[in-house]
Amino acid sequence: MKLVTAVVKPFKLDDVRAALTSFGVKGMTVTEANGYGRQRGHSEVYRGAEYQVDLVPKVRLEVLVEDEDVNDVIDAVVSAARTGSIGDGKVWTVPVEEVVRVRTGERGPDAL
Amino acid sequence: MANPQFSSGDTAWLLASSALVLLMTPGLAFFYGGMVRVKSVLNMIMMSFATIGVVSILWVLFGYSLAFKGTNPFIGDLSAVGLHGLLKTDSGTIPELVFSAFQLMFAIITPALISGAIADRVKFGAWVLFVAVWTTIVYFPVAHWVFYFNGGKGGWIGDRMGAFDFAGGTAVHINAGAAGLALALVLGKRVGWRRDPMRPHNLPLVLLGAGMLWFGWFGFNAGSAVAANATAGVAFMNTQVATAAAAMGWIIVEKIRDGHSTTLGVASGAVAGLVAITPACGTITPMASILLGLLAGAVCALAVGLKYRFGFDDSLDVVGVHMVGGFVGTLFIGLFATSVLTGGAKGLFYGGGFTQLGKQAVAAFAVAIYSFVLAYIIGKVIDKTMGFRVSEEDELSGVDLALHAETAYELTMATHTGRSFAGATPVGGSMTISEDRTVTQ
Repeated sequence: MKLVTAVVKPFKLDDVRAALTSFGVKGMTVTEANGYGRQRGHSEVYRGAEYQVDLVPKVRLEVLVEDEDVNDVIDAVVSAARTGSIGDGKVWTVPVEEVVRVRTGERGPDAL
Repeated sequence: MANPQFSSGDTAWLLASSALVLLMTPGLAFFYGGMVRVKSVLNMIMMSFATIGVVSILWVLFGYSLAFKGTNPFIGDLSAVGLHGLLKTDSGTIPELVFSAFQLMFAIITPALISGAIADRVKFGAWVLFVAVWTTIVYFPVAHWVFYFNGGKGGWIGDRMGAFDFAGGTAVHINAGAAGLALALVLGKRVGWRRDPMRPHNLPLVLLGAGMLWFGWFGFNAGSAVAANATAGVAFMNTQVATAAAAMGWIIVEKIRDGHSTTLGVASGAVAGLVAITPACGTITPMASILLGLLAGAVCALAVGLKYRFGFDDSLDVVGVHMVGGFVGTLFIGLFATSVLTGGAKGLFYGGGFTQLGKQAVAAFAVAIYSFVLAYIIGKVIDKTMGFRVSEEDELSGVDLALHAETAYELTMATHTGRSFAGATPVGGSMTISEDRTVTQ
């Protein structure tokens, strides 16, 4: 199993969720996040004083998938989240040793 | 009524105006509160509310008497201490206590305005003491200079010299602005000033506060006619158009200089316009008010940058908006006063020469210098004795928690879980109830 983590623009969340649902992903965890990549932050002006805001609001999605689905899930996220402009985000995966469904105690892919 | 001049219309308007002007101080609290960071919004609001408390009491004890009694040009007397003897007396066409209540609201908002210059870093007790002392030895005398008319035996600026300040451009705004500058210098800069972002934490609160100020200001300006008459109508209309024009003036400057017109700018411009029209609303025409508003909005939008050039942390631009706006409005009278409204005196552009402009300048500078010097001395004395500024640790962690044991907002889910006990919701894992028992959840 793999954990797919995606950091995307907040307004793209609905598109990404729709794409993953139609692919067959049953659940996900979404958190609000702040950060920056190559685009750095943005500037804001208050009474003429300019502030550099380094951290940009993003959402982070985490999805647990079976190994054979990883590349399709990544593609679904990437195509749904892409706007082509700077700051679209990142997607990465890490291997997962074990998953347990709390209610039933099921383990492994059955728990997904 | 024994007094044949008594007017129930005037009295009703002044009662309503007094309530309007009182509302400006909570409005100011929101206006300022939205501009500070999330960790000091309660303290910012608290400074205004505490001022309402302190000044209201001082006013009854001796404030009204020091400001509006006697025949000395510089200070009143003690003949109406405790508002003694005023239960049945009249002031012109209205009961004297109504006049006194109306003027009290001005005495409240003036020190409250100062608090914006020293956001995020003031000991609360020191602030309360400062308000009491400054109001007593600066505001009450200056109100006497400007607002006390007694047939040529009143205050030196208004009644004797003949400078015009309809509703308090000098006595309220220049007065507060100069004191704000003094305190910003006494207290010094906030930790991290110009290095860390100190963004307004809640702009809708700022705009709500600006709206409350604008609404209340009709009582401030039109009420200053002390009658429900044509002069009140002129002041009302001038207040509206100057404020509208100033809001536009500020955001035009922003659009040109910064590329965007901002909500903070439109709110700040409105307040700058309200400040500038305050002295002038009874002596200029609505067309001149539009010009004054545009000028005030643009000048103040540029003036708020001065603190960065000179290096003083006037946190919420009390100097740039109130002192500068007060000067603009007070001097503008010397240019545009019309004899139709003044009953004789004319501004420079109406053929009156420099006479009125000179009087206006004397009034503005006299108040500014007196207030700055006294506020600086009071501030220094408080700083050297009880200390005026919180510790760096308290400043960094936030004065709301350090001074008031409260935080303004419950923003994260994690802190409002936990079971309630006896109807109360503990924030963390335990709570203390009144009998000193600690209950662990």
